[in-house]
Amino acid sequence: MSTVSTSEITAALPPDEPEFQHQEMMLNIGPSHPAMHGIIHIKAKLEGELVIESEVDIGYLHRAFEKSCEEATWNQAIIYTDRLNYVSAAINNIGYCMAVEKLLGVTLPPRGQYIRTLMSEISRIGDHLTCVGASAMELGGFTPFLYMIKGREYCWELIENYCGGRVTTMASRVGGMPHDLPEGFLDQCLWVVKEIREILRECHVLLTKNRIFVERMKGVGAMSGERAIEWGWTGPCLRSCGVGYDVRKDFPYLVYNELDWEVPVGTNGDNLDRYLVRMEEMEQSCRIIEQCVAKMPGGPINCDNKRVMLPAKKDTYENIEGLMNHFKLIMYGHGIRVPQGEVYFPVEGANGELGFYIVSHPDEHSKDGRNDRAWRVRCRPPCMNPVAGLPEIINNYMIADIVPTFGSVNMIGGELDR
Amino acid sequence: MPKFPEHIAIEKVHPEAVLDWHENFGDRTLIVESKQVVEVAKILRDQFGYKMLVDLTAVDYLPRRPRFEVVYHYLNLQTNTRIRIKTQLEETSAHLPTLSDIYPIADWYEREVWDLFGIKFDGHPNLKRIMLYEGFEGHPLRKDYPKTKRQPLLGPQN
Amino acid sequence: MSNHANGHHLDMTRSLSGSVVTTRFDKLLGWARKYSLFQYPFVTACCGMEYMATAASHYDLDRFGAALPRFSPRQADVLWVVGTISHKIAPVLKTIYDQMAEPKWVVSFGACASCGGPYDNYATVQGIDTIIPVDIYIAGCPPRPEAVLDGLLKLQELIQNQKHEWR
Ligand code: SF4
Repeated sequence: MSTVSTSEITAALPPDEPEFQHQEMMLNIGPSHPAMHGIIHIKAKLEGELVIESEVDIGYLHRAFEKSCEEATWNQAIIYTDRLNYVSAAINNIGYCMAVEKLLGVTLPPRGQYIRTLMSEISRIGDHLTCVGASAMELGGFTPFLYMIKGREYCWELIENYCGGRVTTMASRVGGMPHDLPEGFLDQCLWVVKEIREILRECHVLLTKNRIFVERMKGVGAMSGERAIEWGWTGPCLRSCGVGYDVRKDFPYLVYNELDWEVPVGTNGDNLDRYLVRMEEMEQSCRIIEQCVAKMPGGPINCDNKRVMLPAKKDTYENIEGLMNHFKLIMYGHGIRVPQGEVYFPVEGANGELGFYIVSHPDEHSKDGRNDRAWRVRCRPPCMNPVAGLPEIINNYMIADIVPTFGSVNMIGGELDR
Repeated sequence: MPKFPEHIAIEKVHPEAVLDWHENFGDRTLIVESKQVVEVAKILRDQFGYKMLVDLTAVDYLPRRPRFEVVYHYLNLQTNTRIRIKTQLEETSAHLPTLSDIYPIADWYEREVWDLFGIKFDGHPNLKRIMLYEGFEGHPLRKDYPKTKRQPLLGPQN
Repeated sequence: MSNHANGHHLDMTRSLSGSVVTTRFDKLLGWARKYSLFQYPFVTACCGMEYMATAASHYDLDRFGAALPRFSPRQADVLWVVGTISHKIAPVLKTIYDQMAEPKWVVSFGACASCGGPYDNYATVQGIDTIIPVDIYIAGCPPRPEAVLDGLLKLQELIQNQKHEWR
């Protein structure tokens, strides 16, 4: 329905009618435009209402994430990772910390790993709710937006209970977690899962069964699996094209391979599939949360390497060893010392493979070849690939189709431009 | 350490292409001759099924020589294997052949590396700044670019 | 005669008390303006998430008469600058501000817009007040929704008490 070309319309006219005037037009969408949530600039060449060519211009939110990390110590850099994908900050924190832990060669005890899994999945639900809610709103569905933001608010209240922050969480440290779970947290998780399920059910009724919504989404912005792989798509966008790649399944980390869950896969790679994949992923995340709650082991949450993890507050205040240990890790010029080397560590972010490529290399602060800060931190931004491939899925569709297509790739400025 | 199968296959075609290899921290890495990155990419894609270019970035090792390293991460979705290809560049000859004919995503990755590191990619269709703006001088992720050196378009200078 | 006039005056105030409020015209205009704020959200970054949360049903910005986002600067009264402003986007922000019709106010939402926040580097504008005038600063990274509501109330107070151009 959306791919009628103007030549077909002209051909259908009675012969005595004057011909349509063909004229190309340039349209700038953005950088500040309601449909371009965040700031991004699309230059579209139009023929009538048909987009025939387009170019995407990014970089409006470039704020030097990588340069900043080079000047901060290992733990200080976590605050910058919060602000990459700010809708699911905990996943970024955890991915970064796990990359540094890979360099250090430390792992967390089971309870720490379960808490990380739990935090990742809560954030993932929040992220998908925002994405689906916002794209529904742009198509005129204000009610699902409000419902979904309500659900996200529940997720954020959980996260706030855990670490005190709503958006920018700092929910992880190198070698451990900042806090143990607060009292009653697990019960609250179950309550939130119940609420989220209810919201998903309502939104299925409001959207999946809504003819207007489905017809705007179906068959629009389609991408083939082959092509998506060439573009390096990952996450829900790739899975909607029928390729079941999920870092959590294919390169298992944390405790994902101990839990029972599935990877939803689409078939057509169009907007509707991207929407359905996200909806189903939230359900799977709910399952993961429930299992984490049921299986949550006891014991310590942090690795017991004193050169990496701060001692308990009690030790810091009550004995000199603890105090010295604390200072050794905090003071300028001391801190965590990471051996020289380079690692790449991927986790499944809400938009796909979120990889951190970290290089530790001696500089003026180093001692015995060990470094207290990164030489280079590279974040592989999962949403950059779909945005780079955007011209392929908006060209040859109507200009109004840009809105759902762009909404469904879930561009997040902080991550895209870093 | 035994050679990786990828290494052997590349050596068959281009005996001089691989300079070094290691598997530190479990990441398989090949360091290749900078002229051969395209050939290597083709071998990896066609013979080994590394269909996805996951990441392309650079590192500035000032004052070491050669100064720059460009890093490619490939992923094979069938066997779930990864490989990292690195190539080293001198500051005076900081350019590489482009991969954008093989992987469309390399277009943006290479623009980013050009923008932030000033490494040129020969044959790139559209090599212009992506994160910063026209009129910005220098390449900020180079180690000799001060972090707070601002070049505003509007408002007070620094 | 004068007695009569006075008596009449007193009578009138007595009979109208409860249905007439005396005020100054400026105040009246401020009162009207502060409850119909059409906003232009210039959302760039993480703070946008909290802006969204504040506007949605949990915190409900609508209660304060500031619900309607207008994505045309010509129709907006308040420019919310929400998030980090990089040097690349700064000219766009300035253009939008210039396009807005008087009277207009600017709210700087979050640490980044107010002073650059955690980003002291080559890419980021160190506070939007180096580019455009700002009326209200909201602190936080990001500000909690309660802080946003407080900022909005402060803005309304400011509008109520300021001098209005109306001739
Ligand atoms: S103030 Fe903090 S939350 Fe807001 S845009 Fe800046 S970094 Fe993001």
